[in-house]
Amino acid sequence: MSRKSNELASPSIPVPRRVFRIRSEKVWSMVTLIPSVVLLGVFVYYFIFWTGYVSFTKWNSFIQNMNLNGFRNYVSIFESFRFQSDLRNMVFFTILFMAGCLILGMFLAVLIDQHIRAESVFRSVFLYPMAISAAATGVVWSWLLNPTTGLNLILQSLGIHHLPQWYLSTRILPNFHIAQIQGGFPIAMFAVLIASIWQWSGFAMALYLAGLRAIPEEIKEAARLDGASAFRMFRSIVLPQLRPITTTAVVMLMASSLKVFDLLYAMTGPGANFVTDLPALNMFDTTFKANQFAQGAAIAIVLLILVLIAIVPYLIGTIRKEASK
Amino acid sequence: MGALLSGCGNSNNTSTSGNNSSTSTGNSTGSGQSGKLEIFSWWTGVASSKALQQFINQYETQYPGVKVTNDAVAGGAGSNAKAVLASRMEANKPPGTFQVHAGHGSLLSWIQAGDMAPLDSMYQQQGWNKVYPQSLLNLLTVNGHIYAVPVDMQRDNVLWYNKKIFAKYNLTPPATFNDFFKDAAVLKSHGITPLALGNHGNWETTLLWSDVLLGTVGYTQYNELMQGKLAWNSPGVVQASQTFLKMLQYTNSDYNSLHWAQADELVAKGKAAMNVQGDWAQGYFTTTAGLKPNVDFGWAPTPGTQGIFAAVSDVFGLPSKLSGQNKTNAENFLKVLGSAEGQKAFNSLKGTISPRLDANPADYNAYGQSAMKSLKNDKLVLTPGQGALNPGFTTALENAMTQFISSQNVNQFVSGLQSAAQQNPLS
Repeated sequence: MSRKSNELASPSIPVPRRVFRIRSEKVWSMVTLIPSVVLLGVFVYYFIFWTGYVSFTKWNSFIQNMNLNGFRNYVSIFESFRFQSDLRNMVFFTILFMAGCLILGMFLAVLIDQHIRAESVFRSVFLYPMAISAAATGVVWSWLLNPTTGLNLILQSLGIHHLPQWYLSTRILPNFHIAQIQGGFPIAMFAVLIASIWQWSGFAMALYLAGLRAIPEEIKEAARLDGASAFRMFRSIVLPQLRPITTTAVVMLMASSLKVFDLLYAMTGPGANFVTDLPALNMFDTTFKANQFAQGAAIAIVLLILVLIAIVPYLIGTIRKEASK
Repeated sequence: MGALLSGCGNSNNTSTSGNNSSTSTGNSTGSGQSGKLEIFSWWTGVASSKALQQFINQYETQYPGVKVTNDAVAGGAGSNAKAVLASRMEANKPPGTFQVHAGHGSLLSWIQAGDMAPLDSMYQQQGWNKVYPQSLLNLLTVNGHIYAVPVDMQRDNVLWYNKKIFAKYNLTPPATFNDFFKDAAVLKSHGITPLALGNHGNWETTLLWSDVLLGTVGYTQYNELMQGKLAWNSPGVVQASQTFLKMLQYTNSDYNSLHWAQADELVAKGKAAMNVQGDWAQGYFTTTAGLKPNVDFGWAPTPGTQGIFAAVSDVFGLPSKLSGQNKTNAENFLKVLGSAEGQKAFNSLKGTISPRLDANPADYNAYGQSAMKSLKNDKLVLTPGQGALNPGFTTALENAMTQFISSQNVNQFVSGLQSAAQQNPLS
């Protein structure tokens, strides 16, 4: 009552107060943001710029040579057999890795969503691989999928004669000639996919489980009353509701698949004929073993552009959605 | 030549900056009894880390006040350690001293980059110029200045074999490639893998290939190749590559999944008969597998390399950016590294030999004694895989090798090497 009468009496008083409040909020948000903006600016964006700059120089030995070299580093990496192999491997690896994680993740999430007993145990079991370092995962799977030991011993005792070569296979299917390399899917990549999907599908499961739990019970109830079968309900109710989750999962899985390094390094290395090589491994060898810093930077920039191609449409979509709200 | 010239310019800079820092910090250099010392290496294996501890123990007895840290980085014949070291150097945070291979690889790169201080006065003071073989010191000298202290001598061109298997089938270690293929045929017919190979680190096939190259083209041509005076697509390299491919047919098929020590394990357990590996394998056979030299396992130069010693020597240098107490501590440690006493304790445990000419053969086992004899009489050559050449070339060689062992295309391989040698000058 008193406030209302106050306002009526002198309407000009609350206005400056409100302005002041907003200002102080803004100032505080600026102040608290400054450290992270500065740190991000220096340690992320400045170094991206620096890497980009180095990739155009002649710095290809220990002696820092910052003379510009045009696009020659890019030309030479794109001409190299190893980098061409990397790009081929990456396309197959990224697509199959995402598909594998999403399908397996959703499958596990749907199972766990049946309100089973000891649900949290299963949830932890499936999430647990995420907590193990990729290097350890790599070493363990390199033993399991070693064609002379590991899983093959089990297959052998089951009476299977044509044992898979796993990551030592050098076959590429369907194997057609493209540029310098053989085009197609390198069979050896399958082993790396098993290890990485094992590690990351729990992550997709966690996302999907959260998504499934967020679907309002009313919608499902309504569909059930309309006599929808379980499959129909999954296709027409659950899947559409999970779309935003799928987008998020795709973006995060794609970014992580482009950065795969530790798993590969511990598990297979580049492999015979680079059948299991990926750009990040090539970048490490080029930069730190060959000391060709400019060429290593060029590989890093190509990787960055590929990650951006994956992420920018997502960012634009998010920004548009926020703007329309 | 260009690289040599630029090396000269840079090493001059280094020596002056080294002198400057020593004069400017002359007053502040301490007794060497306090502060810290970081020792950087890739010695993390059982034998090699025990051996490194010998140096540290001796140093700590003499300089008890110094806090010593062993910064060893595992993996890949030192390639991981080199990566860590490169980033520390870039960040101007060098360790007290670090392991590097003698030759024209990383050592020359560090010197050219101005990261190393010359050790001429230490050599004079300790009388080391007369104690070490001149052929080895030549590999550590750039523009008249010597830059590192050698602590061990290893050999790359060694063929290890299981003596019991060889005795069982009446075989002798092959001296030529013809002998090798004859032996291999016999072994294969008895179900034994003739040649064990591990290539998980992606450098082991390169080592085998370079030994085949040495055995095929001989000392003179091999040296010309290493110095960039002979084309890498010349007929000798082609022939060696063909022989190498033929040898691969007698190896275990899963070599890409095995580490070098696992390949030696195959020999130790009698599943395979031979293995070509540097003589660090001796440390594995005796220390890890517990075998007796000349009883359980034997050795010979790889086919065609009698009288030639493909040398790999671990050396330690002094980073030019050290100053004050840290520099004194590092210098004192280098003196321990170069001492007869330190090298005796180190090498006998590591399974390597001391490169000092006054080293006592009685301190080493049967293999060590035979290696010491070879070192004194044989001609020394560098090996491409073990840090002796431009790292850019070595990486290109390893990449070409990865492709080669699968494609088996000799022409593509040697022309790749030739263009790598043009892009990464070897001298």
